[in-house]
Amino acid sequence: MNTPTETAGKPARARAPATVGLFATCLVDLFRPSVGFATAKLLEEAGCRVVVPDSQTCCGQPAFNSGDRADARAIAREVIATFEPFDYVVVPSGSCGGMISHHYPELLRDDPDWGPRARRLAAKTYELMAFLVDVRGLEGVKAKLDATVTYHDSCSGLRELGVKAQPRKLLGTVEGLTLNELPGAEECCGFGGTFCVKYPEISGRMVSNKVADIRATNADLLLAGDMGCLLNMAGRLKREGSTIQVRHVAEVLADMTDTAAIGDTAAGAGRR
Amino acid sequence: MEATSHRFKDNVHEALGDANLQASLAKIRSGFVPKRAAAAAALPEFETLRDQARDIKNHVLGHLDIYLERFAEAVEARGGKVHWAETAADARRIILDLARAGNARTITKSKSMVTEEIALNDALEKAGIEPIETDLGEYIIQLAKEPPSHIIAPAIHKTKEQVAELFLRHHGRYGKTERLTEPTDMVREAREVLRQKYLDADVGITGANFLVAETGSIILVTNEGNADLTLSLPKRHIVLAGIEKLVPTLEDASTMLRVLARSATGQEFSSYTTLVTGPKREGDLDGPEEFHVVLLDNGRSGMVGTEFQDMLRCIRCGACMNHCPVYGTVGGHAYGWVYPGPMGAVLTPALIGVEEAGHLPNASTFCGRCEQVCPVRIPLPRMMRAWRTREFERHLSPASQRWGLGVWAWFAKRPRAYRLVARTAAALLGRMGRSQGRLKRLPLAGGWTRVRDMPAPEGRSFVAAWKADGRPTEAPGAATARRHRGSAKEQGR
Repeated sequence: MNTPTETAGKPARARAPATVGLFATCLVDLFRPSVGFATAKLLEEAGCRVVVPDSQTCCGQPAFNSGDRADARAIAREVIATFEPFDYVVVPSGSCGGMISHHYPELLRDDPDWGPRARRLAAKTYELMAFLVDVRGLEGVKAKLDATVTYHDSCSGLRELGVKAQPRKLLGTVEGLTLNELPGAEECCGFGGTFCVKYPEISGRMVSNKVADIRATNADLLLAGDMGCLLNMAGRLKREGSTIQVRHVAEVLADMTDTAAIGDTAAGAGRR
Repeated sequence: MEATSHRFKDNVHEALGDANLQASLAKIRSGFVPKRAAAAAALPEFETLRDQARDIKNHVLGHLDIYLERFAEAVEARGGKVHWAETAADARRIILDLARAGNARTITKSKSMVTEEIALNDALEKAGIEPIETDLGEYIIQLAKEPPSHIIAPAIHKTKEQVAELFLRHHGRYGKTERLTEPTDMVREAREVLRQKYLDADVGITGANFLVAETGSIILVTNEGNADLTLSLPKRHIVLAGIEKLVPTLEDASTMLRVLARSATGQEFSSYTTLVTGPKREGDLDGPEEFHVVLLDNGRSGMVGTEFQDMLRCIRCGACMNHCPVYGTVGGHAYGWVYPGPMGAVLTPALIGVEEAGHLPNASTFCGRCEQVCPVRIPLPRMMRAWRTREFERHLSPASQRWGLGVWAWFAKRPRAYRLVARTAAALLGRMGRSQGRLKRLPLAGGWTRVRDMPAPEGRSFVAAWKADGRPTEAPGAATARRHRGSAKEQGR
């Protein structure tokens, strides 16, 4: 998506400063503001000026995936208008990032005005991990966490945006952290947006199977890059009484793990 | 077969409670998936071949009329006969007429998922003709009186103990009364029972993996060799194939064959790849005296030129279902018709109607793994989404979903109202879940909280907190925007 010159591998501080519009996603906004702040910190450390437009809402995926094209288009136009002034748009979610960079152009393809604007926005929109490593050339982070972690590859980030090596590369530079790979890390956790509400029985079985794999890794902490998957897996882990903590990968990379993990309270935090 | 796709949720409930089925489904994950990955990794040009395979099928679909005519001419030039079946009923009638003209009492069958589509076995039985499935998997489910649950492994839902039980119950009349435990012994016993059936059959019916326009040949791919016996021993060979099975040349067919078995079973090639061109010729020692090809449309030509045309590229390898987390959780019977998994979720609504099969394209998380492994790169999630769009436009989706979606979209389009609600909801839910960090029950989210807790929000909305910190929320100045627009233009974006 980006031109080769953008990914020449120069260290971030050698780059021209860029103004990034942070698209926080509705789930981060509502459920996990700390992911938004961690994202902003990582972007600032990578030499970017971060702006969070307060007219952002949601990327429109629920409407798009439910077949409601008219609402999906209307929401897409809102997002485009809000974010097109920025050098880059960064999203701490592969699913919402994929919505903007893959599906907006398709959705507005036949619109003579919004079609080109959707394509321009798509070309400068990135999932957070891909942006840090592929665009800003980030080689590592200054973070410390004594924990054994495992990592789930969320589907849209993995298959629509090619996010696989980037988070692992950065996690490898976190002091004290050990990564135990999750068997079936590329298999869906059963969230699927409205899928988990429309087909709760299937979704429930899928997340149970996923959680069994997670528990078998003996990790203290589960990481992923998408709040939907994280809420789903954390919700199931907690229902099973597991003490495995759950966090967005950005929180660990930004060294912001003093808050309660997802689904925990500050008092109930603390590793096994 | 009778479709039960509209009862999808009931089918799912049953499947999730079936311990034998769940044990069988685990075999797919540990078997087909790593085998395909290894086969793909061992062939450096695999990705290029997938592109070629896609292009070949796209070319055929762009000129379907021409290639159908060419194929028909080539078949007839070699002494065969082509029959055109617009509907399933037409196909049944044509095949029954051919069977009766051959005085058939028993018919052996092989490689015939499409005969399930037209419910041929029922029709034959009603006409007093005994159909005998000869693919081992099809044979097993015929004994069990069940429909297939997978397109290349139709009995994958059965455990070996269940197969042993079926054989014990049905093979007694052939003098086989021992309860078997080893799969190899079961295969041997099925072979012995079927051997006589091949010799007795008056007609052999097969499907076709590919139809070759240039030569009028059909290509059959099996691992058991049963198709060869089915087509060569009886006097009459009837081929039933969908019109989308065409490829232009033998060269093209060889490209398709290189991706087929690798995608399906992880084999380089299957054990038998048989090309059949016309009936037995003068001087030939073996082969059928008559060679009939029944070309089935049954809704396929209606997909040409629509957003579902790409589905006609499908070569029925089953890779999408092997890699689908939903198929892997519920199995093929839940889908309620012949074609399960992601390919079924697109094809079934096209062939039997979205009113009947509307659940299928909805029961996907859009994880995209099906498209990732499809040998002909069918954009399966995109087409499932297209079905959802049709359902939405025709008001077929449930009212509660439409209502919920409408309310949510109203706010998503109005940032000020949205911010107010987000802020309130975050605070409210945060307070409800504060003591434990999660909610055990949440009104209107029973589907979620039945199996998992709802992690509680932190209690403030990110955008509101960011703004309260006095951090920037304004887009950069017009100058920045102009500069960016300029550079975007230069890059031709």
